[in-house]
Amino acid sequence: MTIAPLPVMPEAPPEPGRLRRQLQEFSRSPGAVTGLAVLIIIIVLAVFASVISPQDPYDLTQLDILDGRLPPGSESFSGLVYHLGTDSQGRDILSGILYGLRTSLTVGILSAFAAAIIGTTVGLIAAYIGGRTENALMRLVDLQLSFPTILMALMMLAILGKGVLNVVIALIIAEWATYARTVRATALVEREKEYIEAARSFRLPGWRILFRHLLPNCLAPVIVIATMQVARAIGLEATLSFLGLGASVTEPSLGMLISNGYQYLLTGLYWISFFPGIALLVTIVSINLVGDRLRDVLNPRNT
Amino acid sequence: MRDLTPPLIEARGISRRFGSKPDLAAKIALRLGLAKPQPIVHAIDNVSLSIRRGEVVGLVGESGCGKSTLGRVIAGIIPPSEGQVIWQGRDRESLNPKERHAAALATQMIFQNPMAALNPRMSIEDIVSEAPRTHGLVPKGGRQDYVDRYLRLAGFDPTMKGRYPHQFSGGQRQRVNIARALAVQPDFLVCDESVAALDVSIQAQVINLFMELRERLDLTYLFVSHDLGVVEHISDRVAIMYLGRIVEEAPVEEVFLRSNHPYTQALLAEVPRIELTKRRFKAVEGELPSPLNPPNGCHFHPRCPFAMDRCRIEVPLKREVAPGHLSACHLNDQPTV
Repeated sequence: MTIAPLPVMPEAPPEPGRLRRQLQEFSRSPGAVTGLAVLIIIIVLAVFASVISPQDPYDLTQLDILDGRLPPGSESFSGLVYHLGTDSQGRDILSGILYGLRTSLTVGILSAFAAAIIGTTVGLIAAYIGGRTENALMRLVDLQLSFPTILMALMMLAILGKGVLNVVIALIIAEWATYARTVRATALVEREKEYIEAARSFRLPGWRILFRHLLPNCLAPVIVIATMQVARAIGLEATLSFLGLGASVTEPSLGMLISNGYQYLLTGLYWISFFPGIALLVTIVSINLVGDRLRDVLNPRNT
Repeated sequence: MRDLTPPLIEARGISRRFGSKPDLAAKIALRLGLAKPQPIVHAIDNVSLSIRRGEVVGLVGESGCGKSTLGRVIAGIIPPSEGQVIWQGRDRESLNPKERHAAALATQMIFQNPMAALNPRMSIEDIVSEAPRTHGLVPKGGRQDYVDRYLRLAGFDPTMKGRYPHQFSGGQRQRVNIARALAVQPDFLVCDESVAALDVSIQAQVINLFMELRERLDLTYLFVSHDLGVVEHISDRVAIMYLGRIVEEAPVEEVFLRSNHPYTQALLAEVPRIELTKRRFKAVEGELPSPLNPPNGCHFHPRCPFAMDRCRIEVPLKREVAPGHLSACHLNDQPTV
């Protein structure tokens, strides 16, 4: 039997890359673009806080106790204008916010990413191995998620003590379970697809199937949760600091600033709590706007 | 034409059941009579099939009859609940790890859905080169040539290997699947409905590709399909499956000219053909019975026009009705009328 040479099929029309398509999709929402712009500004401000801010609010030599509780727009003896007023120690609120953003963002991003890595790994392993391992891990996740997050974080801080690093650790422990549950659900769907069967029949090592085949196809929800989780972690850190269990006084965070002015709220000295509160609000809202849009764009039903 | 060398691969008494084991809560609920026991699907029931080197065996049946499951068990993707798979004369379970590894690589599967079988996040080049690189089949620095060679072998233009699966058509994707399987230098391919998802003109191309590869690389195939036309075209021997059992097994001409089992005859009657001037048989009536609760005796008896009392009780065994032609039907025990 003779066989005609096989015709090579005509080239498929080039499609725009997945990333570019998603960027276009993302930019179609004005809210998300505004959120992203604000977020970038906030991050720049936080990174360059020590350069931008008029005063280092934690350098005692720059503080003057006589400048305490000045309303916004007041001027100090040294000629420094307190645009957002000062707190009871005479610290410039604007500078405090800039330094506080730095701490809050660091805590939020660090804890969200570390929790993402831990939770994703646990979820993947549970879905891939199955059986008893899966049951044990998922019951642990259930147990964890049955506690309110704030309670979990409070318990951890009660054990670990105060400090920014301990807040990060407490938030990781309180948040990893969300990722584990979501990733397991996604991985269970992906695991049944034929490319995983094919990878198995090619006798690829298990870690390779897990991290090269399964993981990249489960990442979209992780990115979305991680973004939202940064906002949640910042809020939680502020709550913990407000309750007096978070960052110590030497490590300023937005929560600390809000809690500093709390006792003056009813006496009319609104600015000590109000402006840091606004900063916290704007940060969280802009992260959530970006996260919401990411969720829509990365939704597998859209691609 | 009995061959004395052992078959390349042989399934012996394979059964495969699907069903979840009750966990603690389910056990308690069962004990208390609050729940019904989980149904068990009998996907394959005591099936034996042997495939000689160089042979193409077609496995045919209605959807849901267990042919894909049998293909997967033979390909080693899922383990059988009972029975053995014999690879080159030795039980696959008894092989030492090194031999088992070699046997697993020598058996590859081409899947039905060419898109689902490719990792969407990997480029064609990575997809094809991953397994051979992992197993050290690629000479140092020869990765590009290696990938190009196998892509070309499967009729895929190697200049497009930097792209991703979603950028190609179904036929091209299936060629990538074939190239990937060939790249680990297998002896035996299980094609599970490998052309069913492609349109007819592409089907023909891919089938021709399979035939050409068979000659060039000395491959053996198990070709699982519901399409008798495709199977007739490509196979040397055909096995017909019905509800988890092989009911007839014969060389391809035998099946198409002198089919023995009423089910095979019914299937053939449903294939539109030019040569067939009059229909010898009414099309199969009714639905495939549920494998959750298969009928007693011969699984085909509820739909068989020749069913007797014996068919409802006794499972017919496969018997040779002509050289190389096996059929499992009680009618063959009857004195010919």
